[in-house]
Amino acid sequence: MTTAAVKPATMAQALQRAMRDAMAEDPTVHVMGEDVGTLGGVFRVTDGLAKEFGEDRCTDTPLAEAGILGTAVGMAMYGLRPVVEMQFDAFAYPAFEQLISHVARMRNRTKGGMPMPITVRVPYGGGIGGVEHHSDSSEAYYMATPGLHVVTPATVEDAYGLLRASIASDDPVVFLEPKRLYWSKAEWSPEAPAAVEPIGRAVVRRSGRSATLITYGPSVPVCMEAAQAAAAEGWDLEVVDLRSLVPFDDETVCASVRRTGRAVVVHESTGFGGPGGEIAARVTERCFHHLEAPVLRVAGFDIPYPPPMLERHHLPGVDRVLDAVARLQWEAAS
Amino acid sequence: MTVQELPGSAAAAYRPTPPPAWQPRTDPAPLLPDPEPYRVLGTEAAASADPELLLRLYAELVRGRRYNAQATALTKQGRLAVYPSSTGQEACEVGAALALEERDWLFPSYRDTLAAVARGLDPVQALTLLRGDWHTGYDPHEHRVAPLCTPLATQLPHAVGLAHAARLKGDDVVALAMVGDGGTSEGDFHEALNFAAVWNAPVVFLVQNNGFAISVPLAKQTAAPSLAHKAVGYGMPGRLVDGNDAVAVHEVLGQAVARARRGGGPTLIEAVTYRMDAHTNADDATRYRADSEVETWRAHDPIQLLERELTERGLLDDGTRQAAAEAAETMAADLRERMNADPVLNPMDLFEHVYARQTTQLREQAALLRAELDAEEEAR
Repeated sequence: MTTAAVKPATMAQALQRAMRDAMAEDPTVHVMGEDVGTLGGVFRVTDGLAKEFGEDRCTDTPLAEAGILGTAVGMAMYGLRPVVEMQFDAFAYPAFEQLISHVARMRNRTKGGMPMPITVRVPYGGGIGGVEHHSDSSEAYYMATPGLHVVTPATVEDAYGLLRASIASDDPVVFLEPKRLYWSKAEWSPEAPAAVEPIGRAVVRRSGRSATLITYGPSVPVCMEAAQAAAAEGWDLEVVDLRSLVPFDDETVCASVRRTGRAVVVHESTGFGGPGGEIAARVTERCFHHLEAPVLRVAGFDIPYPPPMLERHHLPGVDRVLDAVARLQWEAAS
Repeated sequence: MTVQELPGSAAAAYRPTPPPAWQPRTDPAPLLPDPEPYRVLGTEAAASADPELLLRLYAELVRGRRYNAQATALTKQGRLAVYPSSTGQEACEVGAALALEERDWLFPSYRDTLAAVARGLDPVQALTLLRGDWHTGYDPHEHRVAPLCTPLATQLPHAVGLAHAARLKGDDVVALAMVGDGGTSEGDFHEALNFAAVWNAPVVFLVQNNGFAISVPLAKQTAAPSLAHKAVGYGMPGRLVDGNDAVAVHEVLGQAVARARRGGGPTLIEAVTYRMDAHTNADDATRYRADSEVETWRAHDPIQLLERELTERGLLDDGTRQAAAEAAETMAADLRERMNADPVLNPMDLFEHVYARQTTQLREQAALLRAELDAEEEAR
């Protein structure tokens, strides 16, 4: 048995540890963004990095997202590995042009001559009572852009492992941090973190035989809770945590759906044009003859993110997931 | 009677003072540009200009003019999808590029092929984007030329980031970022200049004010006294230069580069010039500007300005003139010949450079294309 101290750690601490370890190992890793230095980030995710590594390695930038990401592009051209913080989901929109027109396609444009090893950290999603522009789930925009990896952790262990893998990646990664899981805890040893595997693999969080819940990020705990509740009603649900939206792990997802014959995609981003449509289509294309029911989606409503006093009605909760599971007892209209 | 004069009242003690935190951060006066664009040619200063430099600039201007003409001709033959000519602006292109050291970096816009070629880029490779066989046809690291940038002003923050990174590594590298007058209205222009000034990054911003952003004249682009005046708002010096005076451009750029290299920070330079051709071959410039205006600028042609100086100083004889013309013609013939050959393209390259490691999805799509290509081959 290992003697490493295992104690409760939060996701925010695991993320901080990932950056700290990456910076200690590799002098080209630079953290930058608004408030990441002295303050340690508005969520304290970069706490202590400026003190430990200096302001040149963990830099408080002017308040300008396009400028933050645009200068990171130039830094990457000169051999650095910038880790950029976008503070809040909707604050990243001014940087979209840099992300889409340059970060995503610089490798392609230069036939591999100018890779962009940039990690763009975006705290995303709702459930923390944030006012307008503080709770968007923008993953579909990023997923639609070739050249970007899009990953999102749901556990403390994954927060560390995926962020290490993202920083180590020679390609740009949009790293979506589920804000409402920042303070989720796990027994986790920061002294002996789990091995870092390359991004792109989904994981089965709970095995089951009746149906598969395909989910990621902030909706993973919701699905785990739903699976537990469903067990009482005789449903044995499998929960697949995608972890990476791009690249997409068809293998793990389809293996699960072929076993269970039923699937529900769960996320809090809007349903129309959202990630669930792509996932449902992929699953249907590959598993059609194994399916006992249509692939269903449980998503946020197709509305701009609601004001905080109403957000609980918008966010897919356990009941909405269970309702969808009930609808999986589908029979073709005769 | 004013309030202050009331004896004994509380108001008498009141003196408006600035808010406690306010103090001027820097003296704006030294940052302001001279209102007259700086010129050398046609002034007494020209007499002391280095003859070798003058002749080098001359040869490059002549070559650049020929390059613009040849590339424009290639669009008419369908060999280039589009070409944004810099005819009339050659002094900016050449004067700026030659002010850089080999280790410095150039961040060109789509109109700045001449500056890239002046840094040693293969003339054909500089046109790859415009021919359409790949987006960037050269290795950016070889001559330290970033990919020609099509979105407006988005390359400016890249220049700042690269210069900043170089300084962090202890390298005395300077980045030159080129942009047009229209580009100065973009948000990235503002953010780049602000970052550069705050970080004291070794960057030089060169705005080629050629009068129009496609069809929109400068008067509808900005209400600033000049584009160089914008510098003071960021806390960096602004300079105005006659963009058709290659010697002046080279000198002003050289000073800004030297200043950046010794840690003095960024400079914003506005070169006042004129785009003699349309925006691209797809544009009809007669719809938005008068012939008389074009003719006025023709009398201020960058090559003629330099020729006059060279002639007066006895530096330009028929032989020199002919040598420059012949060198330009050789370049044009080579360009024509190589551009008239169909490039050999490998469609499988489409999947090669999206990610460092191909995703499963891309491998599947690559297999699909491979099968299509094989079927095509078999049918042939």
